Amino acid sequence: MDETVELTDDDIAGIIADIHAARTLDELADRERRYTGKDSHVTAMQRAIGSLPPDQRKNAGARVNALRSQLTDAFSTRREVLARHERSAQLEAERMDLTEIVGSVRSGHAHVVAQTREQLEDVFLGMGFTIAEGPELEDDWHNFEALNFPPGHPARSSWDTFHVALGDEQSTLMRTHTSPVQVRVMESRRPPIYSVMPGQCYRRETPDARHLAVFNQIEGLVIDRNITFGDLAGCIDTFTQAYFGEGIVSRLRPAFFPFTEPSAEFEVTCIFCTGDGCRTCSHTGWIELGGCGMVDPNVLNASGIDPEEYSGFAFGFGIERCAQLKHGLSDARILLDNDIRFLRQF
Amino acid sequence: MRVPVSWLRDFTPIDLPTNELVDVCNSLGLVVEGVEQIGGGFDGVVVGHVLDVRPHPNADRVRLSTVDIGTGEPQQIACGAANLAVGQHVPVATLGTTLPGGMTIERRKLRGEWSNGMICSEDELGMAPDRAEGIMVLPEETEIGKPFAEVMGIEQDVVLDLEIETNRPDAMCIAGIARDIAATLGLPFHIPDPMVEENGPRVGDLASLRIERPDLCPRFTLRVLQDVRVGPSPDFIARRLTLAGMRPINNVVDASNYVMLELGLPSHPYDRSRVARSQLGVRGARAGETIVTLDDQTRPVPQGACAIIDGNDAIIGLAGVMGGASSDITESTSEVLIEIAQFDPYSINYTSRVLALRTDASARFERRIDRDGHLRAQNRLVELLRLSSPDLRCAEGTLDEQADEPWPSSREQLTVRTTRVNEILGTTFSPEAICDYLEPMGFVTSIHTEGEIAVTVPSFRPDCEREIDVIEEIARMHGYERIARRVPTSPFAARLTPHQQLRRRVRHRLVGQGFTEAWTTSLLGPDDVEKVGITDPVIELANPVTREESLLRNTMLPGMLRAVSYNTARQQLDLSFFEVGRVFFPPETERVVGDGGTAPRAYPYTEVGAIDLHGDHAGTRPSDEFEHLAMCQTGGDVDAQSIVRSWRELTEGLRLVRRLDLVPVSRPGFHPSRCAEVRDGAVALGVIGEVDPAVCAAFHINQRVAYLEVDLRVLLAHVDVVPQMSPITKYPSAEFDLAFLVPNAVRADEVEATLRDALKTNLEEVTLFDVYRDERSSSEVRSLAYRLKVSSLAGTLSDAEMAEIRTRAIEAVTTAHGASLRG
Repeated sequence: MDETVELTDDDIAGIIADIHAARTLDELADRERRYTGKDSHVTAMQRAIGSLPPDQRKNAGARVNALRSQLTDAFSTRREVLARHERSAQLEAERMDLTEIVGSVRSGHAHVVAQTREQLEDVFLGMGFTIAEGPELEDDWHNFEALNFPPGHPARSSWDTFHVALGDEQSTLMRTHTSPVQVRVMESRRPPIYSVMPGQCYRRETPDARHLAVFNQIEGLVIDRNITFGDLAGCIDTFTQAYFGEGIVSRLRPAFFPFTEPSAEFEVTCIFCTGDGCRTCSHTGWIELGGCGMVDPNVLNASGIDPEEYSGFAFGFGIERCAQLKHGLSDARILLDNDIRFLRQF
Repeated sequence: MRVPVSWLRDFTPIDLPTNELVDVCNSLGLVVEGVEQIGGGFDGVVVGHVLDVRPHPNADRVRLSTVDIGTGEPQQIACGAANLAVGQHVPVATLGTTLPGGMTIERRKLRGEWSNGMICSEDELGMAPDRAEGIMVLPEETEIGKPFAEVMGIEQDVVLDLEIETNRPDAMCIAGIARDIAATLGLPFHIPDPMVEENGPRVGDLASLRIERPDLCPRFTLRVLQDVRVGPSPDFIARRLTLAGMRPINNVVDASNYVMLELGLPSHPYDRSRVARSQLGVRGARAGETIVTLDDQTRPVPQGACAIIDGNDAIIGLAGVMGGASSDITESTSEVLIEIAQFDPYSINYTSRVLALRTDASARFERRIDRDGHLRAQNRLVELLRLSSPDLRCAEGTLDEQADEPWPSSREQLTVRTTRVNEILGTTFSPEAICDYLEPMGFVTSIHTEGEIAVTVPSFRPDCEREIDVIEEIARMHGYERIARRVPTSPFAARLTPHQQLRRRVRHRLVGQGFTEAWTTSLLGPDDVEKVGITDPVIELANPVTREESLLRNTMLPGMLRAVSYNTARQQLDLSFFEVGRVFFPPETERVVGDGGTAPRAYPYTEVGAIDLHGDHAGTRPSDEFEHLAMCQTGGDVDAQSIVRSWRELTEGLRLVRRLDLVPVSRPGFHPSRCAEVRDGAVALGVIGEVDPAVCAAFHINQRVAYLEVDLRVLLAHVDVVPQMSPITKYPSAEFDLAFLVPNAVRADEVEATLRDALKTNLEEVTLFDVYRDERSSSEVRSLAYRLKVSSLAGTLSDAEMAEIRTRAIEAVTTAHGASLRG
């Protein structure tokens, strides 16, 4: 090629078109060598500038440089495009089905009763109640006598008690309710007391859909100055709403427990029909949840608290019952089977 | 208690729809457990006269009849009964009737023929399901078109089934319930005080009393009746008893029961001719005495129980519980002793509990009966009995022996402070308002200074012994639902105790590690103990229901194995369970530690408090109840090392202050060569390993089960609750591997401990990454390959320093364990 011959615009356009026609980085490198390498026409033109007359050198040099940078730009534009294509082709080749997970994935699950207990604990923690625990193997004093059940009291017979062959006859038993923990809390602490006491209890009865011989209760105790029955009713409203949800209200009706006076049963709006009446609530719109009342002065006295200075209330209800209501468990006996297919559902 | 509403109306004019009456009862604490409509369900059922019976043209079993139902327009009715015949008078359910079974009668076409009603059987009418053979046929003279209920003399009534709480002795009778309802509704209430014509000899000439134990029987009253004609009761008495759930027996017994239901005072009639010397007495039973009770059962009389005796000192009744067969009323009885007494409630409770014999009478005596109601009840009884035995003669006077000390010792007069009422209830009642609540219930009140109210408690409210008991009555009458609610404000920023927080952390970590929480019962049977081979002492229940649940667990292993077995039997083979729960040991037992040696348990579960074994408050002892964590894995390649891996993962996450050792032991129930004790020095926390395959087999599990059980409280005492930072180097770490040939007797974690000890702060991590046993030779050693990651706070480790560290590691392991570096 005659290096002095300048390239026409068409020639240049042809070269640029050829650069853009490169389909791979390798093809592009070939063209780069051909059009701008040391054997290329552009390089030859540059080299030839020295042999031109001085008055022409400047212009010729400027033209060649412009040409070279035009080609360089074309190469770099094309290189970027090809590099991008190559990268996406490579990534496309790595395409993966994210759901090809071989083998079973098994997570652990907390027991639905333990979860319920935890949720209830959290509700009460939020209300400023501490959580107290006590022994399941109790003595008669804490389970009955300090709670105003003297020996031979007829109310004792409605608490079907497992006695334990330990110590004197009938001195020890499996606690029939969590209420003995109330006594333990009052024995160990001065008021104000705001505590709940969850735990396992025992009744000597044959299990059925609603009752287990081994079951969990949560008990609440508030002892402070100026605590009234109105506080009790308000407290029950607050936690039933917090646990069961907005629109669930509670109501109290007279009942008897030796350790509270006045005593009440509390019911909550049926969570299935929200009060309209259904089979679960026997068409009353209400579901019985637990017992409560103002702490009997005898109980306060037994624990060394002056009933004229302090008053208080207590309440208790079944944790399994809450779980049954909330999760639609019609038969409580399934809770102790430990069928993994059941436990996994919660 | 079953309460016919018609009976309540004897005392107060209740006129409320049933549903409203139910609400009133509930709000009074007389909880309605059931409502029974009596004589209902017959609306629309009338008497029909069968005029014609003919075959159905398109059906074999059904015939068509024409029945006159008194409307003047005979109806065609299809009927399948074989006994249907022309001329019969039959009950017909007319169109629109809903039968007691819930079926509603509609006009319908049966194989092309209309049927305008239904001829009923007794069964379909809800009467006598036993003799339901065909349609019911009424007497021929029965008036056509007359309502069936009227023909049968069925009175409509409602029976409420009320649950009466143990503190409501007054509500154990119809009159008492009526009083409560009347008080809350503001209705008049009247309880008659019948007068009795005394037309017989003086009572003292016919009978005598001998009360040896006035402490057990503070009052004993006796009426004597002669020329009594024993026979059936009048219809209304029999009907009411039946509605109330009692069986009519004869007019004497029925009158006694009727009075008990109506007024709450149990009475007992004796055949005077069968009571030795016509004398009744009360004494405590001596050892070994027996009685044949009314139900013809021979029962031992518990020693010390309150007993009724005759003039020969023989026991003829279990006072307050059940009478004896020797003096009961028979058809030939003509002279009757009527006892209405009062007995010590605790004594009655004792007799009834020991004999497991609860009766209508004992339930009332246990709750304490009306102190002053005896004479009224006697008179009512005589009045009722005269309805069916008008010629009876009632002896003049009543034997009435009362203890010097009036009993029960409730204060008859209480002071109720208005301020106290309002403090307890959160109300603003005036003294007058309080009196207005109390008076209709039978309390007598008078207001003194400063709002103090003198309250005289009626004799039928022995439960009201204190001011607080009266406050409950005020609240009940006001209505619990009308007391304004307020939410109490705790002054505490409540949080879980450190132990509770850690327990949650453990549970949540295990769930995160893929373990599912089980809940197994704390009650075991001897079979469980035997299958697992438990050797530690086990506490027994004194009164178990079943043998399978007669012991308190001292390990969760049997419960876990049952849970595993339940699942594997259902083809659920891959299982990871954990449980946190209590276990129980007899006091002062020592748990086995190590190989046969014992040590006292170092960490009694003191937080749960002490228990009193003797009921004398003389001394308590820490409870021997412990909180354990059990973990259990089975399925696939699970073996003892799997559970150790999970245990390591758990303890690593909990950040223990020290590493716990796993010291090989053999333990009953565990695989003899795959079991270790979890230890911190001399203190044993628990056991880890594989369950003995024979034990698994005993639970019908035929795969390996790996198991861990530790004392959770001791474990959590090892948790570094607030870890303090240790410096980390700015310089890069380096890694190198070492493989040792280690004697089989040396545990891998011992080698690891030696490496940690030798390299101290230079060591960041040590990982066992390969174990190689030459299977062909019975080699005494195996190769353990460790990867060590090291660094220095001072700078990047040089080649020379790395070499020094390596040498230190090799020397330590070879010297300590007789190991050699593998070539």
